[in-house]
Amino acid sequence: MDTSARGSLGGEPPQRARVLSARGMELGVAVGLLLLSLVVVADSIRIGRGWGADGPEAGFYPFYVALLLGAAALSILVREWRSRSEQSFVGASELRRVLWVLLPSMAYVGALSFVGIYLASALFLVGFMRMQGKYGWSRALPIGLGVPLALFFLFELAFGLPLPKGPLESWLGY
Amino acid sequence: MENLLALLHGFSVVLTPQNLVLMTIGILLGVLIGVLPGLGGANGVAILLPLTFSMSPTSAIILLSCIYWGALFGGAITSILFNIPGEPWSVATTFDGYPLAQKGRAAQALTAAFSSSFVGALAATLMLTFLAPLVAGFAVKFGPPEYFAVQLLVFSSFVGMGQGNVAKTIASTTLGLVLAAVGLDSVSGQLRLTFGSTELLRGFDFLVAVIGLFGIGEILLSVEEGLHFKGIHAQIRWRAVIETWTELPKYWRTSLRSLLVGCWMGITPGGATPASFLSYGLAKRFSKHGSRFGSGELEGIIAPETAAHAAGTSALLPMLALGIPGSPTAAVLLGGLLLWGLQPGPLLFVEQKDFVWGLIASIYLGNVAGLLLVLTTVPWWARVLRIPFSIIAPLIIVFCAVGAYAVHNSTTDIALMLIFGVLGYVLKKLRYPLAPLVLALVLGDMAEASFRQSMLLSQGSLSIFFSNPLVGGLVTLALAMLAWPAFSTLKSTLRRQAPTPQLSAP
Repeated sequence: MDTSARGSLGGEPPQRARVLSARGMELGVAVGLLLLSLVVVADSIRIGRGWGADGPEAGFYPFYVALLLGAAALSILVREWRSRSEQSFVGASELRRVLWVLLPSMAYVGALSFVGIYLASALFLVGFMRMQGKYGWSRALPIGLGVPLALFFLFELAFGLPLPKGPLESWLGY
Repeated sequence: MENLLALLHGFSVVLTPQNLVLMTIGILLGVLIGVLPGLGGANGVAILLPLTFSMSPTSAIILLSCIYWGALFGGAITSILFNIPGEPWSVATTFDGYPLAQKGRAAQALTAAFSSSFVGALAATLMLTFLAPLVAGFAVKFGPPEYFAVQLLVFSSFVGMGQGNVAKTIASTTLGLVLAAVGLDSVSGQLRLTFGSTELLRGFDFLVAVIGLFGIGEILLSVEEGLHFKGIHAQIRWRAVIETWTELPKYWRTSLRSLLVGCWMGITPGGATPASFLSYGLAKRFSKHGSRFGSGELEGIIAPETAAHAAGTSALLPMLALGIPGSPTAAVLLGGLLLWGLQPGPLLFVEQKDFVWGLIASIYLGNVAGLLLVLTTVPWWARVLRIPFSIIAPLIIVFCAVGAYAVHNSTTDIALMLIFGVLGYVLKKLRYPLAPLVLALVLGDMAEASFRQSMLLSQGSLSIFFSNPLVGGLVTLALAMLAWPAFSTLKSTLRRQAPTPQLSAP
C-alpha cells in the first residue's frame, strides 16, 4: 500500500533518545537486498541461467530479476551513503513499545506448536492484557478464555478446520 | 442487452436468503476490519479465506467481496471521527474529514464520505458490467506474449504511477518476484533457492505474506505511534443526511473527475491509495475553494472517497477478465478462486456464469446495503475504536496467526507471518511500497511461465513482444510507464537549470 501515508502522519519527534538512525536502517536494508540478489544470482548460475534444449533454463528468469534487484539496491545504497540525513528511524520509547508487542508475539508463535494454538492464545491474551493493559483478572480471563473457545467452536466444530492442538486437547479427547 | 440479462441472472443467484445473510455478515465484518487498526481489506480477506473452503464458490466470493466493500466504507469512519486512517486509502479523507468533524459537522462529513464511496463503487460496477465481458471476450485470444505484456504493464504501472522512490518500487517488485521463484520450478522440476530445506520447497504463500506484511506490520506501526484514540462523538440523523445529499450534486464536477481517476487507476493497477491522493490533489487544484482545502471542505472528502472506492471496485476488472489482479485485495480474492477450484481468466465468463454474474450483482447489492448499514451503525463502530489497544492488539495477532496457519495447516507459516510482519514494519517505515511486493509474489510464477512460453514460441527472440499491434502496444505502454519517472526527473532538472532561480525543495 502507500508508504507516504504513515510517514506524514506521525511527524518525526525532535531527536530525543534516538536508537537507530533512518540512514543506518536504509543502508542495512539495501545491503540486505544486495546480498539476497547475489545469492539468487549464484543459485541461478548453479541451476543454469542460459538456454537449454527445451527453452530457457530454470535459472534464466530469476537471474535477470535478481540483477534488477541488485541494481535497485545498489542505487538506494549509493543515494543513502551520500545523504547527510540525521533523521531517526525509531526512538527509544517507540522501540520499547514495539518490542513489548513483538517479543510476546514471538513467544506466542514459538509456544503454539508445542501446547496448541488454543492454550497459547489464552495465555497470550491474558498475559498481554494483564501486563500491558493492567487489567484485573475479571476483565482478562473472560476474553482470554472466551476467544480461544469461540475459535474452537468456529474452526474445529462448525467449519471442520483443525488448528494445532497440544497435550491439553488430547487429554480432553480431541 | 446480453449483459443485462446475465446481470439479472446474477441477481437471481444472489437473492437467496443464505447469500443475503452472507452479504450482511460480510459487510459488517468488513466495516469492523476497516475500523480496526492492523486489519485491512487485503489481510482481513486473507484471514477469513480458509473459512470459505467448504462453501460454494459463489457464496464464498459474495462473503469475501462484501468484506472488501465493508472495509472500504469502514476506513472513512476512523479517518473522520478519529483522524486515524483505518486504511491507507482513507488517509486523504482525514485532511478535510477530521477538521469538518471538529467543527461539529461529523454527520455531514460521514454522509458525504459514504455517499461518495457509494457513487464511486456504483459507477465502477456499471463499467465492470459492460466492459469486463468485452475485455474477457477479447482476452480469450490472448497467447503467452500478450499475457506477459499485461503482467509487465502491471509492474511498470507501479513504477510509473507510484509517488515514491523509483528504486524502492523496483526493489520491492523484484523482491516479490524473487520470493515467488523459491521452490519447485514447475517447468523443469528443478529446485530453486531452497538450499536443501524442505520447508522452502512449497515456496512462499502470498496469503501468509499479506497477513504478515499488512496485519502484523500494521500492528507494530500502530503500537509505535502509541495510539490513544481521541474520537469525536457522532450520531447521524436523517436530517443531516438529507441536507448533505441535497448539497452533493453541486460537486458533480469533482465527483466525475474522481470517478475517472479511480476507474483508470483501478484497472491499471495504481490502486485505491494513489487514486485517492491524486484525486484529492486534482480537486484542490481545480476547485473554486481550493485554498480552503484542509480546513474542512466537503469537496475534499468527496474527491478521495469517490476515487478510492471506484479504484477498489474496478481493480476487479482485470482480476475477473484476465486473471490478473489490480490490487492486493483483488489478488487475495484471486487466490480464493484457485482454492475453490476455479481457473481465473477470461473463460470464467463462459464457464462460470453463475459465479461471475453473481459476484457482479452482489457488488451492486452489497454497496446499497453497505451504504444503509454504515449510515445507521456509525456510533457503534466509533465505540469499537474506544476499546483499548491492549485488548485489540493481542486479539488481532491471534486472528492473524489462525489465518496464516489455516492456509496450509502449517505452523511454519505462522513464524513466516511474523517475519513478514517485521519486514513489513521496516519496509513501510523506509517507504518501500508494499503493494508491488504482494502482486509480484502472486504474479511472479504466472509472469515467468508466460515469459518462458513466449520465448519457446519465438525460439528465444524478444521480437515476439512486438509481433502484433496488440502485444506491441501493451509492451510499449509498459516501457513508457517505466521511463516516465526518468522523464519527469529530467524535466525538473532542466527547469532547475533555467536562468531564473526557483525555490524548490529537494
